[in-house]
Amino acid sequence: MNDLLDDFWVLLVLKLVAVLGVFLLVPLVVGYMEHKVMAHMQARVGPMEAGRFHGVLQLVADGIKFVQKESIVPRAADKWVFTLAPAVALIPGILVFGFIPYGRDLVPIRSDVGLFVVLALSSVSVVGVLMAAWASANKYALMGGVRAAAQLIAYELPMVLAAAAVAMQAGSADLAVIAERQGSLWYVVYPWQAVGFLVFGAAALAELQRPPFDMPVADSELVFGHLTEYTGLRFALFLLTEYAGIVSMGAVMATIYLGGWQGPFLDGPWWLALKVFALAFLVIWFRSTFPRLREDQLQSLAWARLVPVALLIILVAGFVKVV
Amino acid sequence: MSAGGNEGQPREPAPAPGGELAGAAYQAADGTGVGILIREQAGRELHTQDMTLNVGPQHPATHGVLRMLVTLDGERIESVEPVLGYMHRAFEKLAEYRDYRQIIALVNRHDWVSSICNELGVALVAEKQLGLEVPERATWIRMLMAEWTRVLNHLMFVGSYPLELGAITPMFYAFREREEVQALMEWITGGRLHLTYCRVGGLKDDLPRGALDMSRSLVPRIRARLDEYETLVLGNEIFRARTRGVGVLPGEVACSYGCSGAILQASGVAEDSRRTEPYLFYDQVEFDVPTGEHGDCYDRFAILLARMRQSLRIIEQVHDRIPPGPVNVKLPKVVKPPAGHAYVRAENPLGQLSYYLVSHGERTPWRFKMRTASFNNVSVLPWLLTGALMPDMIAIMGSIFFIVGDIDR
Repeated sequence: MNDLLDDFWVLLVLKLVAVLGVFLLVPLVVGYMEHKVMAHMQARVGPMEAGRFHGVLQLVADGIKFVQKESIVPRAADKWVFTLAPAVALIPGILVFGFIPYGRDLVPIRSDVGLFVVLALSSVSVVGVLMAAWASANKYALMGGVRAAAQLIAYELPMVLAAAAVAMQAGSADLAVIAERQGSLWYVVYPWQAVGFLVFGAAALAELQRPPFDMPVADSELVFGHLTEYTGLRFALFLLTEYAGIVSMGAVMATIYLGGWQGPFLDGPWWLALKVFALAFLVIWFRSTFPRLREDQLQSLAWARLVPVALLIILVAGFVKVV
Repeated sequence: MSAGGNEGQPREPAPAPGGELAGAAYQAADGTGVGILIREQAGRELHTQDMTLNVGPQHPATHGVLRMLVTLDGERIESVEPVLGYMHRAFEKLAEYRDYRQIIALVNRHDWVSSICNELGVALVAEKQLGLEVPERATWIRMLMAEWTRVLNHLMFVGSYPLELGAITPMFYAFREREEVQALMEWITGGRLHLTYCRVGGLKDDLPRGALDMSRSLVPRIRARLDEYETLVLGNEIFRARTRGVGVLPGEVACSYGCSGAILQASGVAEDSRRTEPYLFYDQVEFDVPTGEHGDCYDRFAILLARMRQSLRIIEQVHDRIPPGPVNVKLPKVVKPPAGHAYVRAENPLGQLSYYLVSHGERTPWRFKMRTASFNNVSVLPWLLTGALMPDMIAIMGSIFFIVGDIDR
C-alpha cells in the first residue's frame, strides 16, 4: 500500500481526483446553502422539490438545465475570446484548491510561497471577466468589466498587505507552515491580525464581487455585467467560478487566520470544511443584509481606509516580531 | 464611505475644462469661424468619448417600459431624455366610450397598485356632477379602503427601492406584509389587483361580517413590521451612504415641475390634498403630513414609511366611526350626469390625482381628462439626473416611485 502511494504517478492521479472532487462538490454545497440560508432569512422556504428532501439536488437540476440550453454567441462578439473567457475564469479557481493544506500531510502541492501563489491565482479570474466583458460587444458588459478591473486593482493591495502581515508573523509564506504555527493559538486572536482578518475579508468579498461589492454585476444598473450575453453551460461555468471563489477564499482565510485544519479535537480536513462553511455563511448573510456600495465609495473605502489600516497592521506585526 | 456623498452635484453638465475659455479667447483675437473650429477641436481633445446608453424600455431598473436615453461620460451622466409612451393605452379616449360604471373598471388599470384610489376619483367626480349625497357609511368605508390601498402601494415601493440598491431582503418582507393586507382586500372586494369596489353613489357591497375585526387586528401587526424596516433599511450604513445627499430636490424645483405626494413632501413642502382640500371625511380625522428636510433619496424613502404610519393612524380612527346604514344610493341603471363640468383632486398614494369631467348630459363623458401623479413626478428626472453618477441614476430613479402605466395612461 505504501509502495503504491510512493509512486509519483499514482499519487498525482489521486491528488488530481481529490482536488477535482473537492472543486466540484463543495461549491455546489455552498450554492445550495446560499439558496436555503437566504430563503430562511427572507421568510421563504427556498427549493423544496428536487431531490425529495428540501431540494438538496436543486443545483444538480440547475446544472442539467444549463447543459440543455442553447449556447448563444452574439454576432458582434469576438468569438474566440468570448468562448475562452469562462475557462480563463474557472481554471485558476481549480488550481487554488491544489495549494490548500487539508491536513498535516495532506497538501496536494506544497510551495514555499503558497500564500502568494494562491492570491495571484485568484486574481487571474478577473482576466476572464475582462475577456468576457470585452468580447460580448455589449455596453453593459463592458461597463461591468471595467468596474471589475478597477475593483480588483483597488482591493488586491490591502489583501496582499494583510496577508504579508500574516507571513511575517509566521516567518513563512508556506501555507502548510502558516497553518501549523497556529497549533496553539489562531492568528485571528491577536488583535492586529483580527483587524487584518477584517481587511482581508472585505477585500476578498470585493475580489469575489459579492455583495455589498457586487457592482460589476449590479443587476439593477448593468443588467448582469459581464454575464449579460452568456447562456447555457458557459453561464453555469461563471456561476461555478463564483461559488468556487467563495470556497477557495474561505479556505485561504481559514488557513491563514483560523488555524486551517486544526481544531480543539481530532485535527483534520473536517475542521477546515467547518470553517469554510462558517465563512460562506457570513458571505451569504451579507448578501441578504446589505445594499451595494457605489463605485466611488468602493474605491475610497479601499484606498482611504483599508490600505492605511493594512500598512499599520504590517507595522505592528513587524514590531512585535522584532521585540 | 461618507466621502461618496454627492452634495456638490453639478446642476449643468460641466463645461469642457479649458475648452470653452481657450476657444473664446481665440475667437476674440480673430473673430472668424476658424476660432470656432479650433474650439471644437480643443473640446474633443479634452473630452473622453461619450457613450449613449439606452436604459429601457426593457431594463431591470425601470420596472416597466420606461426608456431613458442617457449620454454618459464615463460613469457621469451628461444628459437624460425620458422617452415615454411605450405603454400608452389611450385611457382618456377610451373613457369617452364608456359609461361611468365601466370607467371605474377602466381607471383602476392606469396605476395598478392604487386601484381603489383611482376608482374613488371617478366616483367622486361623477357624484359631484350629479350633485349626489353619498351615505355616510359608504364614505367612511371608502376612506378605510383608500388608506389600506395607500399602505399596499407604499409597501410595494418600500420593498422595491432597496432592491434597486442591491438589497434583496426587504422585497420579501414587504410582500409578506402586502399579502396580509391583500387577503383583507380580497375578502372585502373579491379582487386582488383591480378591485372595482367603488360605484357612483356608493360601494358595490357592504363590508363582510368580521372584516372590520380583521382590519383592526392588522393595524398593530403592520405597524410593528414598520419598525423592522426602519432598522433594516434606514439604519443600514450602506443604504445611508447610497441615498444621503443623493438626488437632492429643492422644494421650489419640485413645485415648478408639478411634483406631488411623497416626492414633494420629502422636499419640505407639506402639500397633501387630504389636508389642504379635504375630500371624503379627511377633515374629521387626525393625521400629520410628514415632510423631509433635505429632499434627497433617503428622505423620500423615509417619507414613505412615515406616510404609512399616518395611514395606519387614520385607519384606526375610521374603525370606530363607521356608522350603520346603507352603503349606496339607489340609482337608475343608466346614470346621466347633467351637462357641465366638474373637477376633483385627490391624494393618491403616488401623489396628486385629478380628474376633470366634461359632461354633455349623456351616459358617457364628453371629455375625461386625467392628471396622474407619476407623469409629473417623472418629468423632474432630467433635472435630477444631469451630472449624477450612473449608479446614482438607479437610486434617484427608484426614489421617484412611479408606475409606468400611471405615466403613459
